[in-house]
Order: sequence, then C-alpha cells, then structure tokens
Amino acid sequence: MAHKSLEEINEKIKKGIAVVVTAEEVIGIVDEMGPKKAAEEVDVVTTGTFGAMCSTGMFINFGHSTPPIRMTRVWLNDVPAFAGLAAVDSYIGATELSKTRGMEYGGAHVIEDLIAGKDINLYAESYGTDCYPRKEISTTINKSNINQAYMFNPRNAYQNYPAACNMSDRIIYTYMGTLLPNGGNVTYCTAGCLSPLINDPEYRTIGIGTRVFLGGAQGYVAWEGTQHNPDQERGENGVPISLAGTLALIGDIKQMSTRFIKAAVYQNYGISMFMGVGIPIPILDEDMIRKTAVKDSEIFTDIVDKSGHEGVIRRVSYAELRSGSVELKGRRVQTSPLSSLKVAREIAALLKEEVKKGEFTLTQPVAGLPRHNTVNKLEIRGNSNE
Amino acid sequence: MNKIKVTMRFSANDITIPVTYHLVKDYDLMVNILNADISLNKIGTLVADLAGEQENIEQGLEFIRGLGVDVRIFNKNIIWEADKCIHCGACTAVCPSGALVMDKTDWSLTFDREKCLICGLCVKACPINVMNITDNGE
Ligand code: SF4
Ligand code: SF4
Repeated sequence: MAHKSLEEINEKIKKGIAVVVTAEEVIGIVDEMGPKKAAEEVDVVTTGTFGAMCSTGMFINFGHSTPPIRMTRVWLNDVPAFAGLAAVDSYIGATELSKTRGMEYGGAHVIEDLIAGKDINLYAESYGTDCYPRKEISTTINKSNINQAYMFNPRNAYQNYPAACNMSDRIIYTYMGTLLPNGGNVTYCTAGCLSPLINDPEYRTIGIGTRVFLGGAQGYVAWEGTQHNPDQERGENGVPISLAGTLALIGDIKQMSTRFIKAAVYQNYGISMFMGVGIPIPILDEDMIRKTAVKDSEIFTDIVDKSGHEGVIRRVSYAELRSGSVELKGRRVQTSPLSSLKVAREIAALLKEEVKKGEFTLTQPVAGLPRHNTVNKLEIRGNSNE
Repeated sequence: MNKIKVTMRFSANDITIPVTYHLVKDYDLMVNILNADISLNKIGTLVADLAGEQENIEQGLEFIRGLGVDVRIFNKNIIWEADKCIHCGACTAVCPSGALVMDKTDWSLTFDREKCLICGLCVKACPINVMNITDNGE
C-alpha cells in the first residue's frame, strides 16, 4: 500500500504542487476513484468548524506602569479577569459576566473587542508591596499597546456532540439554544463531515504541537482538551457516537479576525464564544483517505432530553439532522443547527488555499493524544453537604 | 392601494363566521392568510395581509371588530442585519412560522418577511444579536 511521508507532502506544498481538497470535496473524489487511487492523488484534506465553545479564554500581559503595580484583582470593561499570576499577567475567560451589564456583555466580548482593535478599560487593584507600591490603576488598553495576548482554550473542537430536545412541558433555555416543550424541536451542534476530529477519529495525524487554524490565525494544539474521552463508544468507521476527543488550543489573538471568532449570548444561559477551528490532515495512506471521506450519513449522535426527564431519546445520523426534520417519538420534528456550516466551509476553503500557496505547512505531532482516558464524575463527599 | 398586516383573535363562537369571505366580497380586499391556528384552546388566531383601498381597509376592519373579533395591526418590524449574521441557525429553532429557514445548499439563513408574525422570538434566540424588533411599521 502506498505510503506518503509528511516530509514528502510538505515538499510538494513548498513546490506548489500539492493536491489539497476540503473534507466535503474528498467524499466525491473517493466515490469516483476509489480509496487506493485517491490516496495517491490527494495530499491534504482540510477541515473546519465554527461553533460556540465555552471553554475559551485569553492570557494577557499588560506591561508595567510607573510606579508599578502587582495586580491582585483585574476588570476589563467591568468583566472580572483572573489575576492570581505574576504582577501584570492575567487570564480572562469567555463566559465571565460583566459586573455592570450582566449577561449582555462578558469575557467573550472583551476578547472580540480587543481583536477588533477597540480600546478596553482596564481597572486593577492591589494591596501594594515594597517593590510594587501602586494600589490602583485605571487606564485603557488595546492590542497594540499590550504585550502578549493569546488564546488558551482548555477545550475546543469536541469530536462529536449530542443533539438536544426538551421532553418537559415548559420551554427551556440552554446552551443548545431554545428548546420547545414536549419534544417540539431538536438542535444539533457540529460541522459533521467537515469537523476536524471526525476526520482523524483515532488521532493518527492530530496531536500535541499540530499547527491549526484558530480564529483566523495559525495556532497550535497545546494538549489534550479537558474531558478528552477517547474511550467513547465508536462506530465501525472509528467515529465516536457522542462526546469524545477534545483539544486544548493556543493562538495569538493579534493575528486573529473577528470573522472567525465571535462573542455569543444564549438567552437565560449566558455567554459563550464562536471559535473558528480548522485542521489540515495529511493523507499518509489509504486509511487516512477513507477516514477523511466520511459522510454525514455515517456519523451518528444521540438526541438527549435536556430537561433531564428522559435521557437519550434516540440515535440519529447527521444526514437526518441536516435534512431539516427527524422523527421523535412518532412525530416529525424540526431540526436546527447551532454551529455555522457556512463559516465552517469558509474556514476549510481558506485553509485549502493557504496550504496550496505554501503559507500553511503541516506539522508532525510532538506527542500523540491519549487513546485511553477515564472521565471522572464529581462525587459529593463529606457530610457538610445537605 | 394599501397593505397592512393584522392578527385576528376569535373566540370559539365566532369561528363559524366566514370573515375572509366577507372581506373579499363586501370590501373588495385581497386577503393573504399567512398563518392560521384555530386548534389551540378556544381561541383562534389568523395572521393575514389585507390589501385594497385605504377606505375599504378601514371599513373592513370596522366590520370585523363589530363581530367581536380582536384585531391588531402590526406596527412593529423585524430587522435582520444580514451582513453581520454568522448563519448559525439558532433562530430557526424558535421561528413558529417558517419565516426563518436555512438554505440547504449553501447553509445560509433565509428570511421570508411575508411569513413573519413579528413574534420577536428570534430576537432573543439570536446569540449574536443581529435580529432586532423596531417600532416603525412597514
Ligand atoms: S441566530 Fe442570529 S446569527 Fe444565527 S442564523 Fe439566526 S440571525 Fe444569523
Ligand atoms: S419574529 Fe422572528 S421568530 Fe417570529 S415569526 Fe418573525 S422571523 Fe419568525
């Protein structure tokens, strides 16, 4: 069986002769040529997703003032940031709410505004030390007057995600959108056959150190994501049926674009962030072309009752979800996406052009992602709890 | 020629009166029914466009009000900031009239203003706030 090395593929990219297609385009190619021939022809398959990812945030270094301050409490546009780090290092999480505007504005908006080049109010307090005498500071910052500002997202790009419905008798507002009572609608949230980890289900080419598209910039896989669950039940094609692999991603916000990263507010739930993620997959052999040629009809997920009444209702394919309606307890119910397939396609297409032009080369992972892991539950221990 | 959009709420007893028939025949109005829901409880709701001479529209409305039907004219409007929309689809989950649907080819959002009931549900459901409800009617 033909085998291409990553070096050979990168050599072709540098010469401008690599054959690069998106994870949607590859389906037709494999159907037409068969996997053997297609694996010889195609060098890289690009993926993309644009969905709300709550576990997202940014490290930021403000620079030192004179006299200096060792910040112990920090607010950016009235949104609290974490300051339990060195003097002027801080971390702001996407879901943090504004102290003055509540659910209308939060950490995700601060990050988006910073990327957009806007001025952000910085207010910080300290107890004052001999070497950092200042006790308070109020000023404005923007992306050109701060030092490093980079996303460090503990969990992005979930490999698969359950679809949602609501079997209770009242409307509920969730991170899966507004769910109508008595199973009145179904929402789902992945890019299906375009989604990065669906196309490399066993993490053969994506690992720690892999260069990725993140919010319009080139970023990297830093680690396995939190709740990484490779032991999830899988189909015959290796694709997990539900929540499985995740990635921790890093990237420079100064290179990002608000087209591919956007603050989101879910009614009565809170704030999240749409993150654009794309990963190019090297076609090393026939196995990888088969994996990337996966279709929506071969990717499955469970529809789960988010009201907590009934648990899993049924299993569906993404082709059924995409069709616009599914059967739920003997009734046809409308399905709605929550992540943007349109922007996911744009990301995969952009990444394809960048790889073709040699602006984005592929990387060999420094270390693999775990293939086994247990996800623990939080037990309530001790007797101080009621 | 004028056009207005109205919601008519009937109590169960009124449902037998052929309101639209009279509007067409007696008041020379064009009636385009956008949404009808008479199954719910005891109250029926009809959303329709009425088009015709201003005078006839006014008389037609008077006629239905005279029957004890609660008539409301839409004086609000839904504004979709299409250029800022990220086409996620969250609003389609709540739209009761099918005014908001995803285009199955390029997966962009489509908004059919004619079908909109101005219920405002999409305004709250849109996570990036690009659906707005305004007071100045059509
Ligand atoms: S919810 Fe908002 S952003 Fe999403 S498709 Fe609808 S209008 Fe566009
Ligand atoms: S206001 Fe929004 S949700 Fe309501 S009918 Fe119109 S488009 Fe649909």
